[in-house]
Amino acid sequence: MSGYKTLYLSSKDSVAVALDEIPAHTEVTVKVDGEERFLTLTEPIRFGHKFAVKPIRQGEDIIKYGEVIGAAVTDIPAGAHVHVHNLEGKRGRGDKIAN
Amino acid sequence: MFTYTIWKENGEEVTKLPTEKMHFWGYRRPDGRVGVRNHVLILPTITCATQTAQRVTELVSGTVTFIHQHGCAQVGTDYDQTARTYAGMGMNPNVYGVIVLGLGCETHQAHRIGDEIAKCGKPVQTVSIQEHGGTLQTIAEVAKIAVKMVQDASMVQRELCDFSELIIGTECGGSDACSGLSANPAVGRTSDMIVEQGGTAILAETTELIGAEHLLANRAANDQVAKKAYAVIKMMENRSIEMGVDIRTGNPSPGNIEGGLSSLEEKSLGASTKSGTTRLEEVIDYAEQPTKKGLVWMDTPGHDIEQLTGMVAGGAQIVLFTSGRGTPTGSPIAPVIKISTNTPMFERMNENMDLNAGTIVDGQETVAQVGTRIMDEIQAVSNGKLTKSEILKQHDFGIWRIGPTF
Repeated sequence: MSGYKTLYLSSKDSVAVALDEIPAHTEVTVKVDGEERFLTLTEPIRFGHKFAVKPIRQGEDIIKYGEVIGAAVTDIPAGAHVHVHNLEGKRGRGDKIAN
Repeated sequence: MFTYTIWKENGEEVTKLPTEKMHFWGYRRPDGRVGVRNHVLILPTITCATQTAQRVTELVSGTVTFIHQHGCAQVGTDYDQTARTYAGMGMNPNVYGVIVLGLGCETHQAHRIGDEIAKCGKPVQTVSIQEHGGTLQTIAEVAKIAVKMVQDASMVQRELCDFSELIIGTECGGSDACSGLSANPAVGRTSDMIVEQGGTAILAETTELIGAEHLLANRAANDQVAKKAYAVIKMMENRSIEMGVDIRTGNPSPGNIEGGLSSLEEKSLGASTKSGTTRLEEVIDYAEQPTKKGLVWMDTPGHDIEQLTGMVAGGAQIVLFTSGRGTPTGSPIAPVIKISTNTPMFERMNENMDLNAGTIVDGQETVAQVGTRIMDEIQAVSNGKLTKSEILKQHDFGIWRIGPTF
């Protein structure tokens, strides 16, 4: 078991935050409301960045703080980095309406 | 709200807020409001007068000014908003007296701004460069007035005041993924404590509440306030829709994204934790004075300097500013207490940052403990302790323009 710190804010969330620079293939623990989950990161996650704690399907809402922070652009496996390459904001999208 | 989860996460039960009354030594103004500073402000109402104003501050200690590019060829609501911002800066209780400096031919006439400020009873003088026959004569005239005003200001004694007299602005800039986990919830805790003391806390940056508006509307004092919360969000979001752009091209910024924030909604949910947990009493326009105590939302953009200026013009005596990436920001008239969201940045940019909330993500302190530390810093700064941005003369000023220049 690695000692890398993570923060999992709500049991509704589909992502957790790395509080360390965590290398790929590390098994990490995420904890919320006394519940623990173990998963293996598929890629390195930088401090402050997010990883999926469960598989997320393309088009599905991505949840952090128990609230929607955007939608998945592709299928995202558990343990993968979740950021601007696979998460799209849903608000303030003048580009979508104009097209 | 979810901030409670973080407090529990750190092993602490959510405790009641301290109810013991807090005090500070402030400067009572003729309109009854209380300042924590005693500045003489040289207020240029037009960009053409800013250099002259700057020269005077080099000659006369105790005076402050700011550089800007506004004050002419403005119309309608854009004219009004700029005028309200100027007048609000002059009326802020951190200012003892004001010398309003105009060129003479501009739309934002110095004497009109001066008359508005004079309504609050403080010393106000108006000077025009064209009337005084040029730069050098004007510098001499303004400097002479300033010498007298600074000496008069120096004789005002501080008196014991209640924390309920404070209006505390809150903002976040250069956010990272820690902002919503450490410094912003800690400021939220402070905001709750200010409200408990009978004071006012301003939440701002409407852009960075897009995606979190339902959480705030649910806390609104009544339906009208909830409706206005949704309305200001819609207006802000519509601006990006009318421009046909993804708001993410401007916000979150490249630095936010580098720090791990992926969307505006994510940034907003973190930013909204600055509001704490109390009832939302009202939603006010940019640079307006709150009419209620408690938590107030001012409609401002996310731009750091524009929202800072709006809150200070609205009467905030002190601003709490959280940052993950680091920032030198300060105001010419209000102390800005800058709070780092992470320890490495606090150490790297120590000359700019006043407090460290990175201890929360380091697991050394709880959100509530840092909130209390911020409260103590507000008291020290109210009593005269200088903030880093004051010491470094960081006199930022920027108006949220809502119309074109003609």
